[in-house]
Amino acid sequence: MNRINKKLQEAKKLLSIYFTAGYPNLNDTVSILQRLEKSGVDMVEIGLPFSDPLADGPTIQASSTEALKHGMTTKTLFNQLKDIRKTVSIPLLIMGYFNPILQYGVDAFCQECQNIGIDGLIIPDLPVNVYNEHYRKTFEKYGLVNVFLITPQTSEERIRFIDSVSNGFIYMVSSASTTGAKTGFGQEQTAYFKRIANMNLNHPQIVGFGISNQETFCQATQNAKGAIIGSAFIRFLDNNNIDDIKTFINSIRNA
Amino acid sequence: MKKTYNIDNKGYYGEFGGAYIPEMLYPNVEELRQNYLNIMAETSFQDEFDQLLKDYVGRPSPLYFAKRLSEKHNTKVYLKREDLNHTGAHKVNNTIGQILMAKRLGKTRIIAETGAGQHGVATATVCALMGMECIVYMGEIDIARQAPNVARMKMLGAEVRPALSGSKTLKDATNEAIRDWINNPVKTHYIIGSAIGPHPYPDMVTRFQSIISKEIKWQLNKKEGRENPDFVVACIGGGSNAAGTYYHFIDDEDVGIIAIEAAGKGIQSGESAATSVLGKEGIIHGCKTLLMQTSDGQITEPYSISAGLDYPGVGPLHSHLYTSGRAEFFSATDDEAMAAGLELTQLEGIIPAIESSHALAIFSHKTFKPDDIVVISLSGRGDKDLQNYIDYFNL
Ligand SMILES: Cc1ncc(COP(=O)(O)O)c(C=O)c1O
Repeated sequence: MNRINKKLQEAKKLLSIYFTAGYPNLNDTVSILQRLEKSGVDMVEIGLPFSDPLADGPTIQASSTEALKHGMTTKTLFNQLKDIRKTVSIPLLIMGYFNPILQYGVDAFCQECQNIGIDGLIIPDLPVNVYNEHYRKTFEKYGLVNVFLITPQTSEERIRFIDSVSNGFIYMVSSASTTGAKTGFGQEQTAYFKRIANMNLNHPQIVGFGISNQETFCQATQNAKGAIIGSAFIRFLDNNNIDDIKTFINSIRNA
Repeated sequence: MKKTYNIDNKGYYGEFGGAYIPEMLYPNVEELRQNYLNIMAETSFQDEFDQLLKDYVGRPSPLYFAKRLSEKHNTKVYLKREDLNHTGAHKVNNTIGQILMAKRLGKTRIIAETGAGQHGVATATVCALMGMECIVYMGEIDIARQAPNVARMKMLGAEVRPALSGSKTLKDATNEAIRDWINNPVKTHYIIGSAIGPHPYPDMVTRFQSIISKEIKWQLNKKEGRENPDFVVACIGGGSNAAGTYYHFIDDEDVGIIAIEAAGKGIQSGESAATSVLGKEGIIHGCKTLLMQTSDGQITEPYSISAGLDYPGVGPLHSHLYTSGRAEFFSATDDEAMAAGLELTQLEGIIPAIESSHALAIFSHKTFKPDDIVVISLSGRGDKDLQNYIDYFNL
């Protein structure tokens, strides 16, 4: 069984972290992953930087621009990760936009992910119908989980379709926004989380976008399996040493 | 069935097109996709569109026989005078159509991207006309380069927001407009300025611009007793004036289709916008098309002296016309375009937009027969480019 699906069976609420590969420094990728695992993070999304990240707010945009300036490429990332399974065992996903993957070759990309031990992919601009028609077989051949997004505007019918095509978890975008935009959740979000929970979908939901601290993590996971922190973690890295990652994770989980 | 180069029912031109958008945009784009053809087919929509094009834009735009230019190049040259439209370019055909579309979809807030400011001005204009809120994203660098158009947009009541990300030009302004739409999914309509973006945008923009070739047909019939020229010629940024100029001729293979891209300082100079030569298939702004990118799939910065051609991709229709061989593609350097612009000015007394000057540079690349009828899209007037011409020619 894929590491993601195994992890989803654990009883606890899952904390997942996103960071942009190649940031703050080109070769931090492995060190960050090791520290995240040691700090008790359940799952990590490794951001493959893109020049034009449409769904991202200023923080992740800036980290992507920096990472590309440092020379991060798809090949470089795969090289950095080639021995990752010797030291890191939590589920790992790559989150990136479709164009760099298309240029690498979708089959070759998926195969490389399998070789390394990447468990899943999140590709925000690969729509579910295109995936279903053209790429699903390839992803499944290499044992990859593909994760789709839903938003407060996604219709119930479409959510059910996305659920039927999913093979891991559903990425529940907390509000109509780019990454990093919100400060705290209101009634509207809570109602939306509940509405989705009440749909009794086949795949668990993990909430992302706008989660920045213990309070928002707890709110998000009240009605969902877990939550993903991205921009807030990157802002932490802006101001702190990677050796202090545990401090950040503890502030979410314990305290 | 006759072969068609037009869009298929899945939103593709051959292998190009589609809607590669984040889920956050799906409801908006899907709403538009489901409704745009029906709305455009409504009699009340057509009446309002036609009326505004006539009384407000000043259509039909003349099809002008350029006698002295024809003599110079020993062929018969007609100019389709989009430069005489209100606001000075073809862009307004599309913004009129889209603002009427937005109204029928119940939207109250308009966003747009702009490079040189022509599409921004055309959008701000129709928003003033309809009393709608208007926000135009423009790269920080372009804001500095195109001060008069920024002032026009502000005077028209639009808010001009600087795009501060990436390279701070048109591509980034487009990213920012898309991000705005993600953050404002309900009451906002995004008026894209060219035949680019996710389906149905390329088709919708093309249909609004197709008035250009519709008029060419009857105008040419009056003047020459035939509807079809031998060649239609247009410059390509994203490809909206070209799409409109070609539209009614696309499936008539006896009409030669010619596209001119911006070669900038030369195709191999590293400062160019000649996407058909330098580009590869990929995804940009929600659409599968040819685009300039690194081998790693990062989108690269184009360059052209003309801000309106400074886009790293071309619309999916044009990628299809290029790869299928239906259209001939050329690219004109800054120098060739500027010389062609000066030539038109001095032979015909018409100062063209630098974008349109690229189309006029066709004569440096192709020789026509004396009795060929060549229709060139004069997509815009040169007022906005005066400073560029002054600097270039030391006037
Ligand atoms: C006068 C003029 N022509 C051409 C263009 C290029 O755009 P498109 O290729 O969409 O016609 C522009 C864009 O700003 C323009 O202002």
